Amino acid sequence: MEWLRRLMMPAQGSEFAKEIDNMYMGLFWLSVVLFLMIAIPTVYFAWRYRYRPGRVTPHNTHNTTLEITWTVLPLLLCVAIFFWGLKGWMEYAVAPGEAMEVQITAKKWLWQFEYPDGSRTINDLHVPINKPVKFIMTSEDVIHDFFVPDMRVKHDIIPGRYTEVWFNPTVHGQHVITCAEYCGKGHSDMHAVLTVDNDAEFAKFLETGGTEWEDYFNGKDPKKTPADWGKVQYETKGCNSCHTIDGSKSKGPTWKGIYGHMVELNNGTSVLVDDDYLRESMLYPNAKVVKGFEPIMPTFQGLLKENQIKGLQAFIKSLQ
Amino acid sequence: MDQAIKTTPRIGDRPRPRKNYLNETRGFKSWAFTLDHKRIGIMYLIGVLFSFLLGGIFALLVRLTLLSPTHKIFGQVLLTAEQYNRVFTLHGAIMVFLFIIPAIPASLGNFVLPLMLGAKDVAFPRLNLFSFYLWLTGALMALTAMVFGAVDTGWTFYTPYSTTTDGPVTLMTAAVFVLGFSSIFTGLNFIATVHKLRAPGMGWFDLPLFIWGIYSTAVIQVLATPVLGITLVLLMLERSFGIGIFDPRIGGDPVLFQHFFWFYSHPAVYIMILPGMAIISELIPTFSQKTIFGYRAIAYSSVSLALVSFIVWGHHMFVAGQSQLATVVFSALTFLVAIPSGVKVFNWLGTMYQGNIKLDTPMLYAMSFLVLFAIGGLTGIFLGTLATDVHLTDTYFVVAHFHYVMMGSTVTAFIGGLHYWWPKMTGRMYSEKWGRVGCLLWNVGFNMTFLTQFFLGSKGMPRRYYNYLDQFQPLHAFSTVGSWIIGLGLFITAAYLLASLRKPADAPDNPWNGTTLEWQTSSPPITHNFEEQPVLEREPYDYRPVVAAR
Repeated sequence: MEWLRRLMMPAQGSEFAKEIDNMYMGLFWLSVVLFLMIAIPTVYFAWRYRYRPGRVTPHNTHNTTLEITWTVLPLLLCVAIFFWGLKGWMEYAVAPGEAMEVQITAKKWLWQFEYPDGSRTINDLHVPINKPVKFIMTSEDVIHDFFVPDMRVKHDIIPGRYTEVWFNPTVHGQHVITCAEYCGKGHSDMHAVLTVDNDAEFAKFLETGGTEWEDYFNGKDPKKTPADWGKVQYETKGCNSCHTIDGSKSKGPTWKGIYGHMVELNNGTSVLVDDDYLRESMLYPNAKVVKGFEPIMPTFQGLLKENQIKGLQAFIKSLQ
Repeated sequence: MDQAIKTTPRIGDRPRPRKNYLNETRGFKSWAFTLDHKRIGIMYLIGVLFSFLLGGIFALLVRLTLLSPTHKIFGQVLLTAEQYNRVFTLHGAIMVFLFIIPAIPASLGNFVLPLMLGAKDVAFPRLNLFSFYLWLTGALMALTAMVFGAVDTGWTFYTPYSTTTDGPVTLMTAAVFVLGFSSIFTGLNFIATVHKLRAPGMGWFDLPLFIWGIYSTAVIQVLATPVLGITLVLLMLERSFGIGIFDPRIGGDPVLFQHFFWFYSHPAVYIMILPGMAIISELIPTFSQKTIFGYRAIAYSSVSLALVSFIVWGHHMFVAGQSQLATVVFSALTFLVAIPSGVKVFNWLGTMYQGNIKLDTPMLYAMSFLVLFAIGGLTGIFLGTLATDVHLTDTYFVVAHFHYVMMGSTVTAFIGGLHYWWPKMTGRMYSEKWGRVGCLLWNVGFNMTFLTQFFLGSKGMPRRYYNYLDQFQPLHAFSTVGSWIIGLGLFITAAYLLASLRKPADAPDNPWNGTTLEWQTSSPPITHNFEEQPVLEREPYDYRPVVAAR
């Protein structure tokens, strides 16, 4: 009956999906039997007891034994099905402690994924195979719903609070992610691609900090330049807590109008602010500290990917 | 002794009275200001059927848009995504609030309930007329909202989408608010009528089962609808003044809206299905010419469905962010619904067993009901079961499930009931041959349209989708063709029913050999229902031959 399951259910992307399918098929066959128990008598009685003029029908008002039987038996059946469903639900509801956490921000009409190391992607979710992943989800506008048919999981994403869902992917390759809570005009186009990577592929994916950056470097969208990518880093990596971009003084030097100029350092020498210096200041911030500032900046080595450094360089360059 | 036994003892056809409720007075005013429950029932019937037509046209538009993934019909894009969202919202809102909720209680119920009780009218005839005008006002408000661009919130009005989207959402919700009060007043009226206006000799367990169903419905209408009213008022206030009940940006909770909404709208499902079951409980014994089996079990199951309906609303929200404990409890409670539903079905089958079954059109619809309701009910198990619901909820599986219950069951029962009481209401018989054709097309079209959607849903097709993946196209196309067959069947049904009105009155008082009191008056009934106060001498559905009076 595998063909029937394939006819009714999507591909199985996890062990959980197999469990759900078993339950689904179990309920399916149970329903078929119960359906026949209703449909066959309906048709058979209509034929067997079809109208004959003058036939007198018996006066059976009730039968207590029968009534109790068809009250209690379905009740027992229902209790059993409830606990069967509860078992699967517990698995769905409780993520394993060691699960990797991925943040999801949904908004009209796109998905933003953020990994523990800060890597970010849009509409492009990568997860390592055979490792549980937990998603911590919130929405920026209306209610959305994270639905992965191949994993048999879904959960609403609600503005103003966090909801969670998890799965453990076991099938390498691509799967569909789709929004299952009506959210307006673009609801039916709110898709993302789930790619289940092997360990090497996933490591490579993280190394470059996800895939969102590619949009800023391929020149397709005039609103997405490398400098815009740098601005995203400026706002999300914490640069903006010490550096201003409007020329005012803060804990660190402002970024406005420094690129291509000489600055005086606290050891009495001067240095030209170019890509090399900026790169050095991000990775080894206390090597050359600008005069008048404390050597308090932490290193961003390992926190900033190559494309993010390039973006920041382009962003600072644009602040003239 | 044999000669003394007659199978149809009570009702001889009297000469037809010249005056009846249809022709006693004439003119617009005699209808617009009528206090006669039968005329009000007829006005409701025309109103809900018109709503059904409108909602049906929207349904056909939705299906036609989904025929191909490009949404093109003869090279033209039929609906854009925004238009599509408005059309499916209108389909849902009209079908639920303007059609199904009032369909059976307010039209057939209004007409039949006092007759069955042996009463002259409902307890509060003026309130009855008022609730009709409230319905009409609500309907006109909804139509006005449609003219002003309609709303795209879905019939569920989920926040914060509904508080932030454009369109006349406030007017639409106000319309639903007014319609709610129409429903409350009808329920109130029926409760009072059943309590106070039963014929002499008619105890609670002598009530026809139709009355038990309508009475249970009325209790839900009175108790649950005010919650919808409050919710909609809060929604309107939120939209107009930003008071922050539901929108998280101003301190509200969107899940709270869902709790409020389903606290009404789940019981509302039983406002829709209980009257359908009530009709089936009339049709099956009448056309089996056999005493109903398990009268009390059926009566109690109506009441228990009404009670259980209040404690299962959370099953609409298993993955919507309610507490996990609540979810588990709601799942357990939801299974309780299966028990009284099953009891009813088994007792109906028990009634057919050893009957003398006439397959007239109403009975064909009753049998269709049994089969379609079985599918609707059994697929409910998939959705009540926690683990499988996670995958199936918010997909076409849910759409198919509730159409089997709302349309396959309630509307099937409504059409069956319409055929059953048509001779009583109009005094005319319709074409039996075309009746069977209509019923056949209804069944074929319905199953083509909606059985398909179970497969779409379990395959992972979410609901309320304008664009879909190409892999779903064959199933969508099949479903759309089914919707045309439904349309054809209903068109034929409307045609032969209307055609019957053109011929002279030919219906006997009791064409089906029914046992309830409405068959003891003329067809159509006189304005005051009965020539003299009927007195109940036997239980309903008693098909034992009686020995002629000594």
